[in-house]
Amino acid sequence: MSTDTDTEARRQGRIVVVGASLAGLRAAETLRDQGFTGSLTMIGDEPYEPYDRPPLSKQALLGRARPEDTALPRRRDVDAAWRLGVAAEGLDRDARQVRLANGDTVSYDRLLIATGTRARPWIHPEEAALDGVFVLRTRDDSACLHRKLTSGVSRVLVIGAGFTGSEVASACRELGLEVTVAERGPAPLVGALGGVIGAAADRLQRSKGVDLRCGVSVTALEGDYGGRLRRAHLSDGTAIDAEVAVISLGAVRNTEWLAGSGVAAGPRGVACDAGCRVFDVNGIVTDDIYAAGDVARSPHPLFDYQFLSLEHWGNAVEQAEIAAHNMICAGTKRIPHLWVPMFWSSQFGINIKSVGVPPLGDQLVVTQGSLTEERFVAVYGYRGRVIAAATFDGAKWLGFYQEQIAAGAPFPPEYRTVDRRTETLQPVDPDFPDPHLPTHGPTVTLSGHSPSERRVQFVPSRA
Amino acid sequence: MRLVVDLNRCQGFAQCVFLAPDVFALHGEEALLFSPRFDEEQRDRVEKAAAACPVQAILVDYSDEPTRGVTGGVEPHVD
Amino acid sequence: MTLGTLPAQITDYANRADPYPLYAELRRTPVRREGDGTYLVSTYYEVRSLANDPRLSNDTSHRSPGYARIGQPNEETGLPPSFIFTDPPLHDRLRDTINRPFGPPHSPRFLDDLRGDLAKVVTELLDAFEGKDEVDIVEDFSYPLPVTAICKVLGVPREDEPRFHGWADALASSLDPQAGEDGLEKAQRARQELGSYLTDLIETKRRHPGPGMLSALAPEMTPADLEATAVLLLVAGHETTVNAITNTTLTLLRHPDVLARFQREPALAVPLIEEVLRYEPPVQFVPWTTALADIDVADTTIPEGSPVWLMLAAANRDPKRFPDPDRFDPDRKDNEHLGFYTGIHYCFGAPLARMELHVAVPELFRRVTFSRLLEDPPPYRANAVLRGPRHLPVAIEGLTA
Repeated sequence: MSTDTDTEARRQGRIVVVGASLAGLRAAETLRDQGFTGSLTMIGDEPYEPYDRPPLSKQALLGRARPEDTALPRRRDVDAAWRLGVAAEGLDRDARQVRLANGDTVSYDRLLIATGTRARPWIHPEEAALDGVFVLRTRDDSACLHRKLTSGVSRVLVIGAGFTGSEVASACRELGLEVTVAERGPAPLVGALGGVIGAAADRLQRSKGVDLRCGVSVTALEGDYGGRLRRAHLSDGTAIDAEVAVISLGAVRNTEWLAGSGVAAGPRGVACDAGCRVFDVNGIVTDDIYAAGDVARSPHPLFDYQFLSLEHWGNAVEQAEIAAHNMICAGTKRIPHLWVPMFWSSQFGINIKSVGVPPLGDQLVVTQGSLTEERFVAVYGYRGRVIAAATFDGAKWLGFYQEQIAAGAPFPPEYRTVDRRTETLQPVDPDFPDPHLPTHGPTVTLSGHSPSERRVQFVPSRA
Repeated sequence: MRLVVDLNRCQGFAQCVFLAPDVFALHGEEALLFSPRFDEEQRDRVEKAAAACPVQAILVDYSDEPTRGVTGGVEPHVD
Repeated sequence: MTLGTLPAQITDYANRADPYPLYAELRRTPVRREGDGTYLVSTYYEVRSLANDPRLSNDTSHRSPGYARIGQPNEETGLPPSFIFTDPPLHDRLRDTINRPFGPPHSPRFLDDLRGDLAKVVTELLDAFEGKDEVDIVEDFSYPLPVTAICKVLGVPREDEPRFHGWADALASSLDPQAGEDGLEKAQRARQELGSYLTDLIETKRRHPGPGMLSALAPEMTPADLEATAVLLLVAGHETTVNAITNTTLTLLRHPDVLARFQREPALAVPLIEEVLRYEPPVQFVPWTTALADIDVADTTIPEGSPVWLMLAAANRDPKRFPDPDRFDPDRKDNEHLGFYTGIHYCFGAPLARMELHVAVPELFRRVTFSRLLEDPPPYRANAVLRGPRHLPVAIEGLTA
């Protein structure tokens, strides 16, 4: 088949998108934008049209936006059949069918898996069922939590000081609520940014009046006779009276529905290649099943071809666009997903952003500003090259460091910059709790300004 | 009408806040908060804000149509 | 055309009316070393990348000996450099302080609240067109509005505004690398007069606070820092806005098809104004940055201490970023122009300029029926950086209420 006829054929047929959130929506828009004229079916387990999640832990908790108002703007009409409020329950690759929870089946020629993640529930289901115990992932979660927080509670317990937990704690303080944060690690945000930046986050939280308890875990949640939360017990033997507990222990990937289907799906996500094509369990790439968004994990050349799964808003958008593009074009026209990871969080009045993969870092240097002034740029190095950067209120500098990462620039940066302080000239251990030492790989750089131009270049090893 | 700001792109220039202070706000010196839904009264201001964004991070959808076929239930199965 | 003469040609007054062919020539070498060791950067991605580069300083005292040090304090006034010529952390501290009464997060509605006053000024200026069949858009429209605006922002009494016109004019010319002895002397004198006026005004505001930024900032800043800031806001905020309004008018009159559409669709004002900022940016280039380290960009190394000129107007017409860049196209998608620069030195007054444009431009074209440009190209001011017409004489057919 010639490239043209192949492309023509791929613009027709039946495409099914499982997962009707950010990635699913942007993929559907891209499919139509790039000329897909076949039938398009969108399947989502929640009864709502695609909505935006980041506001749910920020402006929605503050009452500055209603959770039900977060429906995502459309880039264009997608002309799809929407099947919302019913989850996908199984995949039959031979029959090319998705089975739904209500027993229906939907046939596809190509399938996009964009089922995302859900909040990791509290370990003890009976404690999780107590009135006052919340997780925060969906529109409904946010609405319930906001209602509770504004109903006159006196103390909130946040379990886990990652980004979501820290944002919840920030909102609580802004609402004037007493809040205790219990974190198993040595400081907030350590998993994502390491202990050096974690210490800055620690000072920030305490300065805003958070009762921060690090190095402890919650052993039990205790309810009263009416089934309402009243107390939490900690591993250091203390107890905290609280009417609300927000479980912020990260996310679980929604891959259970793929069990037994023969695709490479598991707790770490759905494995796919850089073109978003899903692998089967044998590690053989399929050509009719694609993945995008939080649920996908794909190899990234910049980071030693490690399989990264990125729970990032921007990754969902770009991976969806690339998956959609590749679903409807012939082999040589396909483009790789080479997104440089990026995320943001706003908490306690500070804008925290990062680019690259900080947890890969084996060294860190503060190149601009000062950790104690809550305005800085920290750069992470990995085996002598720049691999990530994080900023507190320094977003305008990140583009520069993103270019440094894409170019495989040497670390530590020895050049002079504006606002370089003498006390931070020496690189330090970024202090990640569980140092992750991947195997050595070739040095790779990215070129091109837009996703469709981006390609990998190998460069000779530096002496 | 709906909007979303790509906060990866956003660098806190805050031009949108000057132009539409009822829809956009700064939280601290740099973090942007926005109202994802706005009404006709704000339309002109939001349009200016989206056009002025130095990094073109604001996506606006002026249609107010809910998604076709979204009724909270499942559409009839045709196969 | 020999290569070494390009900056001279760009600053040569003879090319003021249309420097764009020179910019196109410049873009053939994205990072160009001039004979004196100055580097000119003219392509979009390279300009943007350097504007965001922490190795690039706005403090010209970092330049190697022998280069012009624009923006450094002069001996006569003894004032500190204004924040545009500083680097973080000083820059951030000054800008945050000055921003406090001006914009979000503390004063998100300060400018918006001036909108009605400015609309009134626009109405008065246009009312005065009644009965005329020729007007000078610069003298009669673009020039008076920004002075009034900046005076309101600072809190300068209305009766003192005429004096500000003269000072603003003289000072703006000093940003031009080709200002010449005469211009610099005039600027120095204006700066001294403005300085002593401001010293008195700041002292008055400190004792009797009123509306405007000077009153709000008097307790927060040293008198010298505040004076330097006020001078900067006046210089940078005035001339540039005059040019932006004039350039918009000129560009529309040169594109009758767009003008006709604009008159049918007033909402076109929003993208149209952004497109003018790309197409005819009021600040053409930024000649006051310096490399703090050796910087590799576009296969060239800019050595530490070198003066770097970022050519915004050339970058705004880079075909690698903007398809068909010499076409004035208000329907352009994704118009991420550099008309107000980018990075931490993004134009502080951009929101004020935009508000003035949004108030002035639609009303001008709603009320005035234009016949034609009386001179095209119009006569330009000397300044190559803050480039704009000195006069824009036009024939008009009528005025509606």
